[in-house]
Order: sequence, then structure tokens, then C-alpha cells
Amino acid sequence: MSIPRFWREIRQRYKGIGVECGNCGRVFFPPRSICPDCRRESLGKMNEREIVGKGKVITYTEVHEPMPDFRMQAPYTMVMVEMDEGVRMTGQLVDFEPEKVGYGMEVEAVLRKLGEESPSGIIYYGYKFRPCP
Amino acid sequence: MKTKTKVGIRGYGGYVPGFRITPREIGAVWGKDGEMMGAALGIRGKSVPAPDEDVVTISTRAARWALERSGLNGDRIGAIYVGSESHPYAVKPTSTMVGAAIGATPHMTAADYEFACKAGTAAIQTCMGLVASGMIENGIAIGADTSQGAPGDALEYSASAGGAAFVIGGERLLAEIKYTTSMTTDTPDFWRREGQTYPSHGGRFTGQPAYFKHVMGCTSKMMDELGMEPSDFAHAVFHQPNGKFPMNAAKKLGFSREQMETGLLVTRIGNTYSGAVPLGLAAILDIAEPGDNILVTSYGSGAGSDGFYIEASKNIVKVREDGVPSIQEVLRDERHIGYAEYAKYRDKIRKGG
Repeated sequence: MSIPRFWREIRQRYKGIGVECGNCGRVFFPPRSICPDCRRESLGKMNEREIVGKGKVITYTEVHEPMPDFRMQAPYTMVMVEMDEGVRMTGQLVDFEPEKVGYGMEVEAVLRKLGEESPSGIIYYGYKFRPCP
Repeated sequence: MKTKTKVGIRGYGGYVPGFRITPREIGAVWGKDGEMMGAALGIRGKSVPAPDEDVVTISTRAARWALERSGLNGDRIGAIYVGSESHPYAVKPTSTMVGAAIGATPHMTAADYEFACKAGTAAIQTCMGLVASGMIENGIAIGADTSQGAPGDALEYSASAGGAAFVIGGERLLAEIKYTTSMTTDTPDFWRREGQTYPSHGGRFTGQPAYFKHVMGCTSKMMDELGMEPSDFAHAVFHQPNGKFPMNAAKKLGFSREQMETGLLVTRIGNTYSGAVPLGLAAILDIAEPGDNILVTSYGSGAGSDGFYIEASKNIVKVREDGVPSIQEVLRDERHIGYAEYAKYRDKIRKGG
């Protein structure tokens, strides 16, 4: 990932900044510049909205053939989460007991290392999910 | 040192990674009696960060809780100082990343601190000065580490990970910081040279002329200046590189086991370096009663101590119901691992490709 590309997405990755359509109230993450339902009605009304970070697991999968950055964590679990704001986010599940993973599991977003460019390069941080205490 | 206006802790939070390894596991790899080593150090286990955890992630988790507890939004924070000896970058601040993650950027000042294990309390003093002078309304001071001990070294039994964050402000205080004293000398007891992976230390030299001289010297001087005695404090927390040093210092100074036990986390989680005293203080605030006097003395090799006299305010009882987990609740998340996993997670295995 190039430095500018990562830098542009820092607010989304660190703080879950999405947008809310000022016309219909639907929340989007990652941010969109136009609401696909309201189209031109939403122009100039897509307001910033923070996704607080709490939600429920709607589906999950275990990855056994990891990407190079995830070699140390294999096998690892990816979850799709329905956030309290109504949007869906995908991320890695961490700090969990494997037998407790399931549909409807309540999770919260936490900031973790996602990877790095190289041992001398930029470190990428972003959200992952962990079970709510 | 006393501030001209009232300053104190408006919010706080602490985080410790969930993996644990026991001295027995470590000793077994190096042909040592780990259980005996653990007993000698007063350590039953130490925390180990996951491979995706570092000082940025630990600091952010603690800072988010501290901010939530303070009731402030990120944009009300005028300064962030992160003290650590394991910042992930040698050049590029941890504090900017924490600032972005809690929504405090861009209108704030920030810097990273390094003073072995006392960089976190140095950050508290800096925020006190900025708040008391009226330069900022609120600041965040963090002490956090993911410390490393060289494989097979005595430090490996204790070097662990964790951190705590404090929102320092002048209003709606959970606890007032009424006084602070520092003691600083040039003492070469423990160091890490630029580019080195693991620290070096002077063995027994880290005890009497280093830890004890500064912790006891700073604490005694502060009590003299205040005209107070050990019995005036409900709780005390000293830097805790192992379970023995703080208890010995406490005994010599006249503090009891009861005064020390709440803040003594090293027996369960090891030495969290810059996180140690901040986490101990957070654990005390979790259970403190209004009016309780708390004595805090950190220690950083190189060497120096920062002492604080803190008084819990009537607001302190609110922390029990504000939804932010207490340190004891955070410590409940414990997952034990063996040396092989520990070596993998702490990047001690040479990999190909």
C-alpha cells in the first residue's frame, strides 16, 4: 500500500469515520460521496458520522492460508459485523476463545497493527474486533 | 513542587494484553528452575502482547477509556505525551497516532517521552504544568511499554506489556494531584543503546544505588516537604520491576502491606516498565474512597524518580459505575501460552523469505 493511500484512510481506519445521508439517514462505511438511494437529493448532505465500534457478528470464517502479514497469527478468524449504526464492517477477530465464536456474538472495535510495509517501512494500524467484556 | 492552581486526574484507563507466560515455562527453556526464579522475583506470570499489539495500540485503548471516563470529546484535549521505552518507531511519534485515534488531532501539541520506566510520570508532570499555567484545559499523559528481555537473561522473567492513560485537567477531578517531587541523578544502571534490540543492565547495581536510592530518596523528601508520614496515606504505589523491590522499599519507609497491595500488580503481570506505576495508580483509583490520600513514586533507570501526593475527590465513586472496565476487570482476560508461542509473538524466531 502506498503511503498516501494509507494516510488518506487514517480517519476511517483509526476512528471509524463514515458518513450519514442527510436525506434518508442511512449510514455508510467506508464513506461515500453520494447516497445510492437518494442520489441527487443527497448531494452536499453526506455528513461525517463516527461508527462508535460496537456490533454483532453476522458471519465469520477461519483463514488457514494467511497473507504474509498474518503468518504469525494463522489460523486467524475474520468476522463480518453489523454495527449498532446499521453498517456492516469486516475485520479480524482477536483476543477470543475459539469455542465462543458464533453468530450474534457482541464485539467491539479496537485499534491493532494490521501489517507493515517492511521492517523499515510504515506500520499500518486499523480496527479489528474483540469480544465485548 | 506545587501548582498554583488546582490540577488533577479527570479520567483514566488502563490496559494489559491478555497473554500470560509463567516463570516456570521460561526457566524450562534455559535449564533454570523457573519456579524458584519466579519466587525470588515475586512474579507468578507476566503479560505478553499479541503480535498485533504495541505501544500505539495499548496507549490508544487506555486513552479511549480515560477519555470516556472524563466525559470529554477528543477535541478538548490540548496535549498528548506518551512515555515509553518501546515506541514502535525510533523516529515518528506514538503520540500523533494516539491523538488521531481518539479524535484529538489536529489542534493539540504532542511528543513522545523516554526515561526508562518513569517516562509516563514525566508526562503527567508536563500535563500538570500546562494545565496549571492555563496553556491547555486538558491533556493526556500515558505510560505504556512492550518491554523486551534478552532470551535467557534474568529480565526475560519479568519484562511484560501494559499501559495506562490519565486525562489531566483542572475541573471535575476524580482526584487532585496536590504535590509532586522529583529526584534525578546520572546513574548507569540499565540502558539500551541505539539500534540494540535488548537492554543491558548492571545486575545487582540496579538495586541499592539505583532503585532504592531514588525511590526512597524521592518519597522521603516529598513527605518531609509536606510534613506527612506513611500513616497519612491510604494507599501507596512504587515502581515495581519485581515483587520484592517495592515491598522492601515500602518496609524501610514505613508503609504496610495493606497500603501497598492494591497497586502491586507486578506479581500477576510482570514489569510493565513505563506502564507499571500508572497501572498501579489506576488500580488504586478504582477502589479509592473520597478523601483517600495516595502516594505514588515512579522510578526510571538512568536514573530518577517522580513522587506524587494525590487525594481522591468526592467524584471518585463515580468510576465504579461509568462502564469503563477497572484494572481488575481488564486482568480477568488471561490466556496462558508456552515459550514457543511467546518466542513467535515476540519476534524471537528468525524467519525465511
